Amino acid sequence: MLSAFSPEAWARVWAFRDTFLLGLWTTVSTAVLAILLAFSLGLLFGLFSTGKIRLLRVIARVYVEIIQNTPIVLQLCFMYYALVYAKRSIGIAAAGILALGIYHGAYMAEVIRAGIEAIPKGQFEAAQSQGFSYIQQMGYIILPQSVKVILPPMVNQVVNLIKNTSCLYIIGGADLISQTYSFVTGASTGGAYGPAYIVCGVMFFCVCFPLSRLAGRWEERLKVRDRRAVAAVSSGPIPRRVIRRGQKP
Amino acid sequence: MIRLEHVNKFFGELHVLKDVNLTVAEGEKLVIIGPSGSGKSTTVRCMNFLEEPTSGKVFINGTELTARNKTRVVRENLSMVFQSFNLYPHMSVLRNLTLAPTKLHGKSKAQAEELAYHYLDVVGLRDKAHVYPTTLSGGQQQRIAIARALCAETKIILFDEPTSALDPETIQEVLDVMIRLADEKITMVVVTHEMGFARQVADRVVFMDGGQIIEEGTPEHFFTHPENERVQQFLGKILRN
Repeated sequence: MLSAFSPEAWARVWAFRDTFLLGLWTTVSTAVLAILLAFSLGLLFGLFSTGKIRLLRVIARVYVEIIQNTPIVLQLCFMYYALVYAKRSIGIAAAGILALGIYHGAYMAEVIRAGIEAIPKGQFEAAQSQGFSYIQQMGYIILPQSVKVILPPMVNQVVNLIKNTSCLYIIGGADLISQTYSFVTGASTGGAYGPAYIVCGVMFFCVCFPLSRLAGRWEERLKVRDRRAVAAVSSGPIPRRVIRRGQKP
Repeated sequence: MIRLEHVNKFFGELHVLKDVNLTVAEGEKLVIIGPSGSGKSTTVRCMNFLEEPTSGKVFINGTELTARNKTRVVRENLSMVFQSFNLYPHMSVLRNLTLAPTKLHGKSKAQAEELAYHYLDVVGLRDKAHVYPTTLSGGQQQRIAIARALCAETKIILFDEPTSALDPETIQEVLDVMIRLADEKITMVVVTHEMGFARQVADRVVFMDGGQIIEEGTPEHFFTHPENERVQQFLGKILRN
């Protein structure tokens, strides 16, 4: 066994850098697809849970409660092993994306529900009184205002999802954690525990930290925007001529 | 234009509208007055189904309003001005005014902006087109809200206590805009405590108390010889100042 911080250990990690980069790539690509799925599910079930149709509200509730009250490792195993036993295996990568997407979708649904519920009732009424359909109300009026409420916890979920790709280890994934583990325990590569886990951690940090910072900045900008008064000259053309509409004063 | 037939509304146990029957003619300016909790606002909110009646029927322009058709019927016939303005805070004033015309009424951006500037002129706030609503005073916000309602070019505009959230100094600027609108063909239903406005603008005044219409008539009749004792009491209190 190599001493944790010996130069040889670092050299070995460097020699096998492709292993780590492959792991990072798997983690990031799995996370991106899972985030898209989680966001879609979150939006759908968030809308269900704030809508007027009772059945959909119940469905959303059941989904959120089941997913939030069982471990993600269980869900991942179920998604993979149960399907393997049922002879309907969908593969490690797909099972991972599905399980992570469904798991974080439940949390995003709650985030979006809270964001919608934070908007004053008068906004819904104004939109309704203009004749906007439910979907239009959400798309044009409610959700754009919810963004600044939704954004911080949403990014939190994205960061958690990226970190949770490490659960893929349990079904034999090729994510960053699994790759790192194989590397440090491998017959021909093993031993460089210290440097390997430091590199792995730095890689996770380099992905997650900028995301958190970016979201913080974006949120600030949105808050400022709502109070901003734009000078009439600075944006948008003013029609040279305004045609009178006959009967109006 | 608007007809309520035997409209009842319950909020839980509370019976807020009791068999309300009311017809508003095309172009009529109807003012609804009465003490708080008398069901005035609920009556107006039933007209565009912000509140669905527990029983009874609402007809708009001959069509019965239902949960299914409300979005379309409301879009084509009704606009509303609220006590709390309810402008969209994430959009500029101009965007507030052009949103419904472009998204719902099939107008191009240029047409909608032309319309918006026209009605901004009507309410005297053309220079505020590019600011955000929260930077404006209450009176200005309400005038923008009126312009937004006008941009839909519907025949009916409902006003639910449009000046109740304003400080006394800005009430008049909003009333002035409404008085000018009253010269138009628009059908106006106005819930208000502004008796001067009612007197000047109303074709007909309706008095509500305890969820019922207890007296209606022309402003002259109403303010000079009200028959109902409850109305006399109310006017006695409110007109003293």
